[in-house]
Amino acid sequence: MSLRIVVTVKYVPDATGDRHFADDLTVDRDDVDGLLSELDEYAVEQALQISENSDDDVEITVLTVGPEDAKDALRKALSMGADKAIHVEDDDLHGTDAMGTSLVLAKAIEKAGFDLVVSGMASTDGTAGIVPALVAERLGVPQVTLLSQVAVEGGAVTGRRDGDTASEQLQASLPAVVSVTDQSGEARYPSFKGIMAAKKKPVESWDLSDLGIEAEEVGLEGAWTTVEAAAERPARTAGTIVKDEGEGGKQLAEYLAGQKFI
Amino acid sequence: MAEVLVYVDHVDGAVRKPTLELLTLARRIGDPVAVALGNGAGETASVLAEHGAVKVYTHEAAEYADYLVVPKVDALQAAVTAVSPAAVLVPSSAEGKEIAARLALRIKSGIITDAVDLEAGENGPVATQSVFAASFTTKTRVSTGTPVITVKPNSAAVEAAAAAGAVEALTVSFSEAATGTKVTSRTPRESTGRPELTEAAIVVSGGRGVNGAENFAVIEALADSLGAAVGASRAAVDAGWYPHSNQVGQTGKSVSPQLYIANGISGAIQHRAGMQTSKTIVAVNKDAEAPIFDLVDYGVVGDLFDVVPQLTEEVKTRKG
Repeated sequence: MSLRIVVTVKYVPDATGDRHFADDLTVDRDDVDGLLSELDEYAVEQALQISENSDDDVEITVLTVGPEDAKDALRKALSMGADKAIHVEDDDLHGTDAMGTSLVLAKAIEKAGFDLVVSGMASTDGTAGIVPALVAERLGVPQVTLLSQVAVEGGAVTGRRDGDTASEQLQASLPAVVSVTDQSGEARYPSFKGIMAAKKKPVESWDLSDLGIEAEEVGLEGAWTTVEAAAERPARTAGTIVKDEGEGGKQLAEYLAGQKFI
Repeated sequence: MAEVLVYVDHVDGAVRKPTLELLTLARRIGDPVAVALGNGAGETASVLAEHGAVKVYTHEAAEYADYLVVPKVDALQAAVTAVSPAAVLVPSSAEGKEIAARLALRIKSGIITDAVDLEAGENGPVATQSVFAASFTTKTRVSTGTPVITVKPNSAAVEAAAAAGAVEALTVSFSEAATGTKVTSRTPRESTGRPELTEAAIVVSGGRGVNGAENFAVIEALADSLGAAVGASRAAVDAGWYPHSNQVGQTGKSVSPQLYIANGISGAIQHRAGMQTSKTIVAVNKDAEAPIFDLVDYGVVGDLFDVVPQLTEEVKTRKG
């Protein structure tokens, strides 16, 4: 038996950098460093653990859609232990929304061949958390999403989903799409050996024509939503800061009363 | 006037507050038609009518509880087919966003998630979003199909507005995909008696400075004096001092209360991402250089174990 896992990852602007928009209201990627989305590290980790806990022959492919620099995200995942990588890169992808991204991912996942897709719960830039559900819908396979625990055994995936009002145990047959939260388990750091090995692992490059996708289906033109305006939020006006000299709690209460919170 | 579908988030017939907020927003763009699914769906009708629903579609079936997400997508799609709405509004919970996304794809329509405001526009509804850890505000509209928009809690004040609320049974035929993911067991979250974090008007949070699970009692006491929800920073959650369900921030919950009180929280970007849209921000921290003080309307530089109990006593006294 063999198990083919595809891990979808995203190369995102560093949240600690100065993120802003370009003139066409897409995310400006030139002025801020990028990195592998932290939440996708958990997805790579869970794929590795599924592999380590499996008697089957497991192959882990890490997949990203993004510009040239997105290779850095693939390298990080390969150095953690993924076997090979696929980079979908095409100038026509500039400005693609979540719908378009899910189309490209689904086509690439089908082309790569899969039994299980593992994703992070959301990207750390867009934060919507809808791409795994969209990919499942497009692939016509079960979604087993937002898992804090995940296991694969006997052709089925099981996991725990912690919702607002309840914790649920879920089960689905493979093939399936899984997404994992930051509670699924600390992601490992790449070892020196892992970093060296990653340099020799294959990275395939595909473009839209490889996936049978027309340029107008993706990109800013193909987006089904239009950003009409983006404005930097006005800086908060400097608040009142007091030093506690024994009356700090009372002073704060006075402020809250003045604001009608008490 | 055009009809606007509103997906009802309820627990056994008890409608959660974000749905009532959605009804208020829906009235800005049309006549709200509510869709309530699952156990207790019929019991939601009266409160939905009091808040402006002209019609309430209901459908009860075991599939909604036994399988994940997809049965609800099937039902919402049936409702879209029945009324051809001007927009579909869904609360921005994790599940709400998944339902909305799959629906939008099926009906070939654009989706906007995590809107914090909604207005009628010349070319359809315009949603306000808060992005990049709330450092930017964007205005977005759907350019293809029927706008599907998920809205964050606390994006509008709940307003009563009596309407007919005529109950109608929705006809739903489940898709093959509906039974793909089985819910094999469900454990309801134990109620703390405090408001739900994402819905609360006041949130009192603790971070690294709380320094231990047992010390969270100090944070909880302040929260209880104010009728507030309790939040925690990732540092406090990772240390095991407080449950992950209470985590505020990029990988936890995003909150937007009237008042946010951060105690012993430095204010890293990941935390700010989850609370920066709070209307009034207050912080207590020993470190005068903590980045959280850049955000606050009022800050106290001091030991939270001195300041917070004193504040709690004062709140109790003033509330009598």
